[in-house]
Amino acid sequence: MNKISLIIAREYKSRVQNKRFLLTTLLTPLLFVGFIAGATFFAIQGKEAHRIAVVDANGFFKQNLKSNKNLQFEFPEGVDTSNYQSKGYTDILLIPAFAGTEKINYVVRSKKRIGLVTEDQISDRINAAIEDKMLLDAGIQRSQLDSIREKSRFAELKAMEERGEEKAQESSAALSYGVGFGSGMLIYLTMFIYGAMVMRGVMEEKTNRIAEVMVSSVKPFQLMMGKIIGIGAVGLTQFLLWIVLIFGLITAAQFLIPANIMQEVSTLQQYQGQIPSGSMAQAGDAAQKIYKVQSSFATANWPVIIGCFLFYFVGGYLFYGSLFGAVGSVVNEDPQDAQSLMIPITMPIIFSFIIMSNAVNDPNTSIAVWASIIPFSSPMVMMARIAYGVPGTVPYWQLAASMLSLVGGFLLTTWMSGKIYRTGILLYGKKVGWKEMFKWAFRTS
Amino acid sequence: MDPILQLSSLKKHYATQKAVDDISFSIERGSIFGLLGPNGAGKTTLLRMITGIFFPDSGSITLDGKKFEPLEDGIKIGYMPEERGLYKKMKIGEQALYLAQLKGMEKAEAMEKIKYWFRKLEMETWWNKKVEDLSKGMSQKLQFVTTVLHEPKLIILDEPFSGLDPLNANLIKDEIFGLAQKGSTVIFSTHRMEQVEEICDHIVLVNLGKKILDGTVKDIKQQFKAHRFALELNHQDALPQHPSFELVDQNASALTVQINPGFQSNDVLQAFMGSGHQIVSFKEILPSLNEIFIRLVEGTAATSRAFQSQN
Repeated sequence: MNKISLIIAREYKSRVQNKRFLLTTLLTPLLFVGFIAGATFFAIQGKEAHRIAVVDANGFFKQNLKSNKNLQFEFPEGVDTSNYQSKGYTDILLIPAFAGTEKINYVVRSKKRIGLVTEDQISDRINAAIEDKMLLDAGIQRSQLDSIREKSRFAELKAMEERGEEKAQESSAALSYGVGFGSGMLIYLTMFIYGAMVMRGVMEEKTNRIAEVMVSSVKPFQLMMGKIIGIGAVGLTQFLLWIVLIFGLITAAQFLIPANIMQEVSTLQQYQGQIPSGSMAQAGDAAQKIYKVQSSFATANWPVIIGCFLFYFVGGYLFYGSLFGAVGSVVNEDPQDAQSLMIPITMPIIFSFIIMSNAVNDPNTSIAVWASIIPFSSPMVMMARIAYGVPGTVPYWQLAASMLSLVGGFLLTTWMSGKIYRTGILLYGKKVGWKEMFKWAFRTS
Repeated sequence: MDPILQLSSLKKHYATQKAVDDISFSIERGSIFGLLGPNGAGKTTLLRMITGIFFPDSGSITLDGKKFEPLEDGIKIGYMPEERGLYKKMKIGEQALYLAQLKGMEKAEAMEKIKYWFRKLEMETWWNKKVEDLSKGMSQKLQFVTTVLHEPKLIILDEPFSGLDPLNANLIKDEIFGLAQKGSTVIFSTHRMEQVEEICDHIVLVNLGKKILDGTVKDIKQQFKAHRFALELNHQDALPQHPSFELVDQNASALTVQINPGFQSNDVLQAFMGSGHQIVSFKEILPSLNEIFIRLVEGTAATSRAFQSQN
């Protein structure tokens, strides 16, 4: 067998045939789901209830100001700023008499600072109350007002994207956002996780002093590439298992949905979401929702997204993995050296993440376009843009330029890292800085 | 027979020092060769060039009659570095197999050889143990096995006995002799001189990157002998005076005499016989390699250099 494939096989097997691998592979998605669920739960539950005493000089807020679960407006007698706390109110709202539509300030006082969201809610509610009052003054009845409010929510926005041949495809910004952010985030995490794995592996070989035995039978470059490829394969295996796991869960979930609802969903699919009024078929709320999720998933170009994801994962990993390997090779036993040497590698990754989180909102700014072509940031940023559609948002030439520069980029970084690695792996007892590493990388021999 | 390894004018300079400065020597097939030198003399750099880990700045290495090609000739060399290294988390059997395959052996052949060596060194029960569970001596044995497994023509051992108890050291020593008898050449790098005297046929001493001594152990001892003899007599009364020798040392059982230039050992014996003493024994005192080593190295800058970084 070829030497490099032997090394790859060892690196791969020693990591995959490990209880820890199975455990992290299974637990990471659960942790992810748990994290999202937890965050949502606390976002909903974590709001403080406010009991607000309103002192209104105008007299109409009592009828128009609407309370909800978190904001309880009350209009007690004899409450002022000196005693509202002792009477059990968390805040007091002082509304002076309005003089026509002249600019005026109203004041909320509270013991604790009010959060941004609560502040917005209070001012929204006050504005709504004033609006209602003005509409009533203009001669509209309360009942009319409420029924108009309710009826007016009939229109729905559907964004379409040009796909040539006079066909426009429905697009879903929310889905694009989710897919773009999710895949960018995954690439970000994996670069750190697998990059650090490469670095630790190289450090282990160096501190164990096995490196010298190894390089007397294989080229240092083979040793480095074997490790990088082997660990990359571990990463791909992990993704594959996750994909299988997710599809398994989705299929399992479908079996849990009652058959009659699934029947309704397939009827909806048949009529493309619009059941003719004369038809016998009916669709309940649940079926409507499932159909909506299904059809918005269908708007994404999954083969392109998954294909590009794999490409950018592999490319980005190779680009940064070899740099991590180079750092690992110059570090001695002291892990703190590794920390400081890693900064020039981690900074661009973190920076790319920031660009990515903006690009996912606005995929066509010039910084997003450039960052998706430059190999330092392209794996993350391009994934954020690709979710919005190829070739609609990302023209083919940009995709090609980005892919080519990433391939060129990782060829360059592996070549440089190989030279640093060759010198560093056998160097003990000497602290090496980036200046020296650059010298090794670019010297001719 | 042409030598297995021939070095000519090898040089390797680092930024701050000349680690190996114009060293040439050759090693006969089937010999056990000692490469000696104080710490920091350039031994490791020299060995790394011979194993193809470093490229020499200039000079040439000829292995087995051909120019040394690090990539193809890996199978001909077995190298056990001074700093031992194994994958700690790997099982012992797998590790030996992996290293053998990296040297270019086929799996089946490697398995057979591993089993043979494990049996020989009583390591059979270790197969599924991990390296981190081994004692230092045990992992030393494993390291030795992985070095010689592929039956290299040239075996390079850097301090092979450090960390071994006398029993295991003898076991390994016997294996080294056995390998040499089967035709392998052994380069043995150390600064333990008593081992060198016992094992090596031929030695080279390097210091400060230069070769300062080259020859067989016997020749070198002859070369550095001080013409001193230990003399044991039936009694030590009325010792004779004679221009052929000086008395250097005297104790209850023996005298140490230094033969003066221009005289032979027989002149000394005649002087003692003439004075009516019975000679019980008469033996030349040859310097130990240790003494030669210290004499040659002491006083040079070697000790201070040993603490410089090995860039």
